[in-house]
Amino acid sequence: MIIDLPKFIATGQPFWNELDQLLKRLEEDPHRPLPLEQARRFHYLYERAAADLARLNTFANEPDTRRYLESLVARAYGEIHETREKPHRFRPYHWLTVVFPRTFRRHANAFWLTVAITLAGCAFGGFATVFDPDSRHVTMPFGHDQMKPSERVAREEKARSDRFEGERTTFSAYLMTHNIKVSIFTMALGMTWGVGTILELFYNGVILGAICTDYIADGQGKFLAGWLLPHGSFEIPAILIAGQAGLLLGRALIGRGTRKNLSERLREISTDLVTLIGGVAVLLVWAGLVESFFSQYHEPLVPYSAKIAFGLVELVLLALFLWKSGGKAEADA
Amino acid sequence: MNAARASMLTIRTPEGVVFALPLASPVTRFLAWAVDFAVISAGLSVLSIAVNLMGLISFDFSRAMSVLLFFGLQIGYGLFCEWLWRGQTVGKRILHLRVVDAHGLRLQFSQIVIRNLLRFVDMLPAFYLVGGAAALLSTRTQRLGDLAANTVVIRSPNLERPDLEQILSGKFNSLRNHPHLEARLRQRISPVEASLALQAILRRDDFEPRARAELFARLGEHFRSLVEFPPDSVEGITDEQYLRNVLDTVFRPRSARERTTAAETALAAKPGEV
Repeated sequence: MIIDLPKFIATGQPFWNELDQLLKRLEEDPHRPLPLEQARRFHYLYERAAADLARLNTFANEPDTRRYLESLVARAYGEIHETREKPHRFRPYHWLTVVFPRTFRRHANAFWLTVAITLAGCAFGGFATVFDPDSRHVTMPFGHDQMKPSERVAREEKARSDRFEGERTTFSAYLMTHNIKVSIFTMALGMTWGVGTILELFYNGVILGAICTDYIADGQGKFLAGWLLPHGSFEIPAILIAGQAGLLLGRALIGRGTRKNLSERLREISTDLVTLIGGVAVLLVWAGLVESFFSQYHEPLVPYSAKIAFGLVELVLLALFLWKSGGKAEADA
Repeated sequence: MNAARASMLTIRTPEGVVFALPLASPVTRFLAWAVDFAVISAGLSVLSIAVNLMGLISFDFSRAMSVLLFFGLQIGYGLFCEWLWRGQTVGKRILHLRVVDAHGLRLQFSQIVIRNLLRFVDMLPAFYLVGGAAALLSTRTQRLGDLAANTVVIRSPNLERPDLEQILSGKFNSLRNHPHLEARLRQRISPVEASLALQAILRRDDFEPRARAELFARLGEHFRSLVEFPPDSVEGITDEQYLRNVLDTVFRPRSARERTTAAETALAAKPGEV
C-alpha cells in the first residue's frame, strides 16, 4: 500500500509549519519560557510529525518529504528529550569565583596525580643534572644550557638598560598565548587515554627539575626563587590544572570502574573540561602579565626578597581561592 | 539499503520513530575546512591592516594586539561561528554541513568548545592527518574532537517540499482505462520501487540521452512485468511515458481516482453520448 502523497503533504504541512515556527522561536531564544499550553501543543506537534514520519517510512519512500520530516523530528527531539541543564546566561564573576574552584575541587584527585607526575619529572630532571651534566643540553631549553646560572645572574644584575623596553606588551601577549596553547595541548593529549598528558607533565617536570637543580647547585637559589615565583606561582598550577583536565578526559575514555558507556562518560565531563581550561586561561593571562612586567626585573632594581614575598603571597591566595572559593564541597552536588 | 544507512546517523526516539541524518564524508569536511582556512587567512589580512594602523600610536601595543587577535581568531573562529550559527562555520554553510550532537540532542556550548580545542591534536602532524585518520576509521566519521565532544558532522537536509506537480499534471494516462489493473499495480509496487521511478522522472533532464534511454528501458521493463495491461493501452507509448503513467497511478490523489472512476462509470452507462 502506498499513501496518497499529495494529500498526505497537504494535510500535514500546516502542522509541520507550526512545529517549524515553534522550533525557530525556541532555537532563537532558549531562555524563553514555554507556557504550559504551548508546551503541550509543541509535544503534540512533535508526536504528530514523528507519526507522519513513521507512516511515510512504512508506506512510501519519497526522499524529499522524508528528509524534511526527519529534520523536523530531529530538531524537536533535541528540544524535548534534552535532559541536560539548559544553557544559562554566562555570569563571568560567578563562573570564576564559584564554578571554576568547585569544579577544580570536585576532581582534586586528578590534580594531585598531576602534581605527583610533575614532581617525579622534577626528581628525574634533578638527578639527571647532578649525575649526568651532559644531559643539560636535552633537559634545559630556552638557552639555559648555554651558560652557567651564576654567569646569567651576573649578566642580569649588571644590565643597566631594560632588555624588554618597547616590547614588554608584546612579550606579555606572546607568553599568554603560548602558555594557553600549551595548556590546551596538554588537555587535548588526554585523548591518548591520558598517556600524552602524563608524558607532557613529566617532561615539564624534567625541565623544571633540571633548571632548579642547576641554579641551586650553583648557589643561585635566591635568584631562581625571585625569578620563578612571581609568575610561576600561577603558571605552574595552571599547567597542572590543564593536566588535570587531560587526565579527566583520559579517565573518561578508559572508563574503568563505571558501567556507563563512552558517550555518557564523555558527556558527563564535557562542562567540567571547559570550565577547567577556561580557568587555566584566566590564570595564564595573569601569569603572562606578571612574567613580562615584574619577573624580568632583578636586583638592584627590585629586591629578591620582595619578589619572593610577592610570589608566595600569590601562591597562598591561589591556594585559598582554589580550595575555599565558591562555598563548601557539599554544595557541589 | 544497509550500505546507505551505514553513512547515516540513525536515531530511534523513545516513541519508536527512527530518523536518520546523513553524515558528512571526510573529503567534504576537508573542503569545508579549506574554505574556513581561507576565511581565517582573509580575516588575518584585514586584522593586519588594522593592527598596523595602531602602530602609529604605539608599536609595542600594536604588535601585542596582533599576537592576541591572531590567537583569538585561530581559536575563536570555529567557536564563535558554530555557536552563532548552530553548528556551522562559513565553510560548513557553503558545503551544507552542520555539527550536531551525536544523540540528536541540542548542541551544547561545552561540546563546541571541546571539539574546537581538540583541533590541536587533530591537526597533528600537519593538515589534520590525525583527525583525518580518526574520521576514516570512525563509523560516524568523527575526528578526535568530535569523539570527545560527542558530536558528528552531518549534511544539512534539504528542506524543500517535493515537486510532484510535474508528474501529476493531468496528462492523459492510458492505464486509467483499467481501474482494476491500476489497483493491482498499486498493491504490487513497493515504496522503494515507487521512489525509484519518481526520482528517475524528477531527474530525467540530468541524464545523458543514452543513459536516460537505457535507464527508462530497464525501469519500463521491470514495471511492465509487475502487472500486464492490455496491449491497446500500452502500445506505442515510450518507456518514459509508461513510467509517468505508473507514477500517476500510484501517487494520484484518491479523491481524483474516485472522480475518474465515477466519470468513467457514467460514460460507460451512457455510451451513446461519447
